[in-house]
Amino acid sequence: MATDRPTVPELVQAVREFLETEVQPGLQGSVAFHTRVAVNVLKIVERELADGPALAAEEQARLVALLGHDGDLDTLAHELIEAIRAGRMDVATPGLKEHLRSTVMAKLAIDNPRYESYRRALHDSDA
Amino acid sequence: MIALTDSLAAAVARHLGAAMGDHPRVEALSRLTAGAANETWSFDVIGMLPSGEEQRFGCILRRSPGIGDEGKSDTNLGKAGEAQVQRAARDAGVAAAEVLFILDAEDDLGDGYVMARLEGETLPRRILRDAEYAELRTHLARDCGRTLAQLHSVDPARLPTLTTLGAAEQIERYGEIYRAFGQPVPVFDLALRWLADHRQDPRRLTLVHGDFRNGNLMVGPEGIRAVMDWELAHLGDPMEDLGWLCVTSWRFGEIDHPVGGFGQREDLFAGYEAAGGGNVNPEAVRYWEVFGTLKWGIMCMIMTHSHLSGATRSVEKAAIGRRVSETELDLLNLLT
Repeated sequence: MATDRPTVPELVQAVREFLETEVQPGLQGSVAFHTRVAVNVLKIVERELADGPALAAEEQARLVALLGHDGDLDTLAHELIEAIRAGRMDVATPGLKEHLRSTVMAKLAIDNPRYESYRRALHDSDA
Repeated sequence: MIALTDSLAAAVARHLGAAMGDHPRVEALSRLTAGAANETWSFDVIGMLPSGEEQRFGCILRRSPGIGDEGKSDTNLGKAGEAQVQRAARDAGVAAAEVLFILDAEDDLGDGYVMARLEGETLPRRILRDAEYAELRTHLARDCGRTLAQLHSVDPARLPTLTTLGAAEQIERYGEIYRAFGQPVPVFDLALRWLADHRQDPRRLTLVHGDFRNGNLMVGPEGIRAVMDWELAHLGDPMEDLGWLCVTSWRFGEIDHPVGGFGQREDLFAGYEAAGGGNVNPEAVRYWEVFGTLKWGIMCMIMTHSHLSGATRSVEKAAIGRRVSETELDLLNLLT
């Protein structure tokens, strides 16, 4: 199954291209708007299929380092918010803001890499 | 839609009576916004002057037909209350459309009101990028300051009963909503903690618009023609309106212009103080900008969960949940 073609990313891409080239040009009003949203959703899916697993693994590894023990991503993420809610961690906690920034940058790489604050942050980290 | 046209014509005749002649007609009815709980319609009233001359008058109907609870806001102001606030603000000099009449039970058109239709630009990207508004952009932040000073000076005695929403109540309310989703967004927890630790007591309580931002302003090349969408009006810290106007999400990509994507904070504050709004506390404005950024992020979650729960299935509502990360980055940039 792993090598079956078309792959899931290829199928999603095909639907997205169909919407962009054959459906969108003839549309107006709210259907045109919602189709643009649908195309953007498929772009998010394509990016997450490509990069999501690696980014999640990086987030999990950072959480292991920050919290000092192993665990799956979901459990560790809940443990982190519990630590913040209980006041055991805050903006001054070493490594916390760096971890959150890396996590948010990874999310935006998938959700909306055109967001201006993201582009600025990428540019600043390159400089 | 024919039924709505007829009901509206009857309502216009009842409320506006002689001003529109004996048998006012309603034409060109069209829906401007789609939403389960909030509808905005545009229509023309054609009336007969005593001289026998026809006159055409552009109107806007805003109503909630009484279905769904998606539009239920923090304020529960209702459309009639919204209209009363808009009237009081206009009487105090705030640029806003004239409310012509408020619907009542006999109209059988739901909760709503009819106002005069104004012409102008409301699309943020046009206001920020079109050459036609280049000159406007040089003074719009100052104009917003003046408008907010007028808005905050409305005599509370002339307003309907409004909910008082300070920082404490709002942090509590949005924090509860966020935690109930059970979806961990650690930046939101950090922001909620920061907001609780840095709370600023308001210097005074005033009318607060609650959604004063690029997108709810109708402008012309000369200035602000109307402040729109009064449904989130409440009593609170006037600095809330200044902070919300500066939230990065409302800059539409022009992030170096913190005021709505078109101006600088100093100009906003100067316009506010020059128009008698009192001294601006920049720390409080910043505090409310942090709160506003968090609030928009949680509002995105609310909209996505309204899709996920099946309340209002929509690709747009599904997609907006992926805008939460935008507010997370902006919050990290603000929290120090």
